[in-house]
Amino acid sequence: MTIAPTLERPGRATRKRRPARAVNALSRSSSLALGVSLVWFSLLVLIPLAAVAVQATTGGWDGAVKVLSNPQNWAALKLTLLEALGVTVLNVVMGTTIAWVLVRDRFRGAAILDVIIDIPFALPTIVAGLVLLSLYGPQSPIEVNVASTRAAVFLALAFVTLPFVVRTVQPVLEELDTDVEEAASSLGASRLYTFRRVILPSLVPAVVAGAGMAFARGIAEYGSLVLLSGNLPFRTEVISVRIISYIESGNPAAASVLAALLLLIALLVITALDLVQRRVTKRW
Amino acid sequence: MVRTPALLRWTLRLVVIAYLLLLVAWPVSLVVRNTFADGFDALSTAFADAHVVHALELTAVVALVSVLINVVFGVTVSLLLVRHEFPGRRLLSVLIDLPMSVSPVVVGLALLLVYNPRGGWFGEGLASSGVQVIFSTPGMIMATVFVALPLVIREVVPTLQEVGDEQEWAARSLGASGFQTFTRITLPSIKWAVIYGVVLSLARSLGEYGAVKVVSGNIVGRTQTATLVVEERYQNFDQATAYATAFLLASAAVACIVVVAFLRPKHSVS
Repeated sequence: MTIAPTLERPGRATRKRRPARAVNALSRSSSLALGVSLVWFSLLVLIPLAAVAVQATTGGWDGAVKVLSNPQNWAALKLTLLEALGVTVLNVVMGTTIAWVLVRDRFRGAAILDVIIDIPFALPTIVAGLVLLSLYGPQSPIEVNVASTRAAVFLALAFVTLPFVVRTVQPVLEELDTDVEEAASSLGASRLYTFRRVILPSLVPAVVAGAGMAFARGIAEYGSLVLLSGNLPFRTEVISVRIISYIESGNPAAASVLAALLLLIALLVITALDLVQRRVTKRW
Repeated sequence: MVRTPALLRWTLRLVVIAYLLLLVAWPVSLVVRNTFADGFDALSTAFADAHVVHALELTAVVALVSVLINVVFGVTVSLLLVRHEFPGRRLLSVLIDLPMSVSPVVVGLALLLVYNPRGGWFGEGLASSGVQVIFSTPGMIMATVFVALPLVIREVVPTLQEVGDEQEWAARSLGASGFQTFTRITLPSIKWAVIYGVVLSLARSLGEYGAVKVVSGNIVGRTQTATLVVEERYQNFDQATAYATAFLLASAAVACIVVVAFLRPKHSVS
């Protein structure tokens, strides 16, 4: 414990002293690379996103209020936020449990479960919708048909957000020292007490980070809902579907208001996550 | 090690297995079953359909070009972020993650507002000089590059930080040029990170749907990609082709995950 930092400190200090200014300042070729990269990034990401913000404000405050107070949009917004929130809670519970089982439990086939977790990451969203439809749709082999209901929206979001909490919690659990747990239990702490006071506090930042990502993904989801939810106004329509409808009906201003709102929520989530993570790293 | 009681361990294990089976494994396996319900009929019908074949080819071209762009951009930006100091570096590293949190539909809308030949900020100028971005391949490539943008960088940046710059300095002090240092020292040390980045970007690019739907116009036989074929065929009651195309896309996705799963442990050892 006491030796390691002293051994490490000189190395770190020299590494910190060396870069910057003199040689790692931009050479001519790296300036060029930076310039080209920034131009490409601006043309691809920054200018188009700015265009959404500009287009959203062309109608002024009144225009934005009009779009947001439209009952169909309002219903979609409420549904999107509630479903994303519900799925986030589900992920906090199930994601943490899955991560725990993957790290602490040894059994045949665990490696397969580990691969299954990543499938929702890589599977095209439209295929995800089709896949869920074949088990939970009109031709369900188990006679469960949730197609075109709010349960279908929940199902689709649960599918696409599955990996986030698992993948953020898993590495933290792996590094968690079982010595501390042993110490707690040898000092007479009950299993529940050990979990609550020793394991849980170290997992919280990872769970929060995963939950934030799952929520951000949830409110933005579109592809997996197209075939599954039926996109019924006031019932199963989410905000992304409203944006698409506005684009297709040639109303980019209204589409931009809703898109800007989604961007704003995503930005708030990112900022909140950044704050949580900074507070945590400071504590360590 | 603190033992978890067997009853609790078994309960949790069963809950997790049941959850993953019902949510992922069973539904995914049904796509395979539905595709091969009539043997290879669905697949051969799909491959006999010129529109489907065109969509598959287009998907492959768009995905490959997008991955290529993202690798060059991703490695360049990672090197700049980790190895250089410049004003705005912190801001750039935050902004580079932004595309991950933007809804694909919003990506499509954003590109449409700037590059639409009718009323887009740059679209009109580009159209008059004969460049069509929206409703054609360049726009679809841009949309795909956008959604997969941070994947390579997220893999390469931590690796670059981990390997440090001692070897690069040694090479430079022994007289290697910047280019030699990059190809002989830097590139080999980040090779695996770049490969993961490529595989992850490839999976994401092959399967992009929302953003491509908005910018492509979904013109059958021209700008329709494989994911758009799945939607169109399913809604037009051509389920066999929808399942066959979905099966091909799902196979590519699962292949990508399996490749990454096999590469990862090897990497952490070396």
